[in-house]
Amino acid sequence: MSALPVGSLWKEYRRYRSGLAGLALLASLLALSAMAIALVPLDAYGQWNNPSYWSEYPKAAPPAWVNYITGLKLPEHLVLKDPIIDRSAIGRVKVITHTFRFAFPYEAFPDDFVFKFSLKYGASPPLVELSAERPDGVRMLLARSAMPPRSEGSEARAYDSAIFSTDRNLRVNLANHLAERLGILASPDGISPERMIFAKGGPSMADGGTGVLKGDYAFQARFFLLGDQDDVISSSLVIGGKVFGLFGTDDLRRDLSVGILWGTPIALSIGISVAVLSALIGLAYGVISGYHGGRLDELMMRLNDVAYAIPALPFLILLALSLGRSLLYVIAYLILFGWVGIAKVARSAALQIKAAPYIEAVELLGASSWRVIFRHIVPQLIPYAIANIALSVPAAILAEAGLSFLGLGDPRVPTWGQILHDAQLHGAAARGLWWWALSPGMMLALSSLAFVMIGYALDRALNPRMRGI
Amino acid sequence: MALKGFLIQRALNMAAILLITVLLTMAILGPSADAILKRAIEQETRTEILQNKELVGKFKDPGELEDYVKSQVQGRISSMGLNDPWYSPKRLWTIAIRVMTLDFGQSYYIRGYGGSSNVRDIILESLPRTVLLFGTATLLTAILGILIGAAAAKRAGSLLDKIVMGYAAISNSFPLWWIGMLAILLFSYTLRIFPARATPPIPPADPAYPAALLYHMALPLLTMVSMGFGGWAYMVRNLMVGVLQEDYIMVARAKGVPEGRILYGHALRSAAPPIVTMMALALSGSFGGAMITEAVFDWPGLGRLYWEAIGLLDVPVIVGLTYVSTLVFLLSVFMADILYGILDPRIRIG
Repeated sequence: MSALPVGSLWKEYRRYRSGLAGLALLASLLALSAMAIALVPLDAYGQWNNPSYWSEYPKAAPPAWVNYITGLKLPEHLVLKDPIIDRSAIGRVKVITHTFRFAFPYEAFPDDFVFKFSLKYGASPPLVELSAERPDGVRMLLARSAMPPRSEGSEARAYDSAIFSTDRNLRVNLANHLAERLGILASPDGISPERMIFAKGGPSMADGGTGVLKGDYAFQARFFLLGDQDDVISSSLVIGGKVFGLFGTDDLRRDLSVGILWGTPIALSIGISVAVLSALIGLAYGVISGYHGGRLDELMMRLNDVAYAIPALPFLILLALSLGRSLLYVIAYLILFGWVGIAKVARSAALQIKAAPYIEAVELLGASSWRVIFRHIVPQLIPYAIANIALSVPAAILAEAGLSFLGLGDPRVPTWGQILHDAQLHGAAARGLWWWALSPGMMLALSSLAFVMIGYALDRALNPRMRGI
Repeated sequence: MALKGFLIQRALNMAAILLITVLLTMAILGPSADAILKRAIEQETRTEILQNKELVGKFKDPGELEDYVKSQVQGRISSMGLNDPWYSPKRLWTIAIRVMTLDFGQSYYIRGYGGSSNVRDIILESLPRTVLLFGTATLLTAILGILIGAAAAKRAGSLLDKIVMGYAAISNSFPLWWIGMLAILLFSYTLRIFPARATPPIPPADPAYPAALLYHMALPLLTMVSMGFGGWAYMVRNLMVGVLQEDYIMVARAKGVPEGRILYGHALRSAAPPIVTMMALALSGSFGGAMITEAVFDWPGLGRLYWEAIGLLDVPVIVGLTYVSTLVFLLSVFMADILYGILDPRIRIG
């Protein structure tokens, strides 16, 4: 085992293109982690297992980019939360307008839509009017309704309500629209609002028979408020589409991009903390055992044999089941099985170095055993420890993913393995929900690939016979 | 003489490790398993007695009935040996001795195909299937890996070598069970070439069973081999590159020994000891099966049995399986050591 200081290790390492590619991949994963932390709200991630948080999202929708591959132009699911707000007044009545503008260039109708709003009002109930403005300039009144009355002289309080595309009142209004503008008498039951609003004008537009009218739409809500204290707190519009976002959604309507992006910093920190701590523990264990020798060495190596022989995954599962599955525990369990290999290597290296004449010389000069260990033995082992760390990061990431896949992950900290567990549980393979299984696994594979490439390059840089080949 | 001493020392070592493994399993499982089991027994006994109208009718006082139920529960608990706490030396010792002699007792919930509750029978039923799938996969993987690795080593630095190395890095970092999920999605549900569940739908006694099993085994086998040989090729290639730089290889070349003979006759022969060791360890690893892989492909082997037992907290089955897999592992490390000695005279002992 030749000593190779860290500086010359880097000189040797950077000759391997695959190693540099591994570093580049790692850098992009770190950038992705930073992006996830900065851009994806922690709140959404924390609500991962709360179904009501995700009710506005579509169920099992493929990612939006499938449109580019299939050429189908399926409507994208839109969650609009920032309306253009306008305030005016008609006499004593405050009129607040919330307008949602969006492009609809798709070739299929949306599944449904829902307009949610939250008002604050006192004794006199406000009036809400929702209408749609189409690319052809036609304006359709969708709903007009008064809020429920409150007892005389009551304080202004918040009230949440919603207008759904399935409301009967919408069909009646649209039937009136047909009768007035086109002179068609249609039964309200024969009208499907989510189609008619987005259909080309014509006699059969009631059920979308005329095809989709592509272009820019505006949904406008007008709130007529009568009290001084009354106000509109917020409003949102969801156009139910068939595809969603960069990663799609799962069966429980969760936006997979939240879980997948947040999974990156989580997986990296699991992998790196397990690998670094295991390497440090193993290094210390092996060096002490080898340097000390004698009975202590014998005892420590027997203990090492036991840890080596124990079947790891079953014991990980048993520990998770009986002691708990919080993420910190899982990291501890993984370290419990991670230090064994490097301890053996460190011990044999320590035995070799200890026998060298210069160590004897240092000892004769009166160096303490701690000084010998930390000044002379450990520095020589650091390059190997780095290679070991690089190769045990993917092992730790995949082990955690495996545990989570078996349903033993920390429910408070969703990981890629847990997303795959849910996919398996809900029969993603049988139902053809490929995006649910593909992207989390791909992220797992890319993160371990980064470290495997780094590890392989280090391996070659450290082994003189492999150098340059 | 030295060999005998070495063997005795190794045997003692193995026994000690096995004992510690069993005790550790008990220590992890003991507290929670006992509580769960006692509660289950109580519930089972209670419903059994309450459903027996004739028996309930005999008791006039509900207190009397309650006492009867309690005494029955107690009787069952002590007959299962759960009276003492799990850490009582008596219980630990009897369990350790019985387990070490391969007597794993009766399972709590899991039954074999014949309805047997003997843990050893249940394990022996699943063992051949795991060996069949994982043994075959390991052998194919190793052979393919050795051939490709040797070819890559011969042309180190060539395009072939780079492709092999790249594939090794990629296939090593892809979780096998994830590839399994995708393979099922693609080949079973989209293309409909292979069955999605690896368990044949007919009983094992059926004469068509072996053929059905092989057909059901194809997809997991293909997945495992295609994801596994890269790692082997990488390892073999690195070993061989080292050997090919030795002086005696240069001598052989200078003598005009054909390149094929140098590669397979000289270099592979020298690299054999670590390869054989790896093979022994991989084969032994295949005994335990891979819990997650078997779960994904629904393969009725040891891994899935382990998983089921852990889910049900069927302690005798868990202890039995842990013991068997540790035993197989230790035996194969031992055999690998001896094989190493036979193949590499430099480290022959005695």
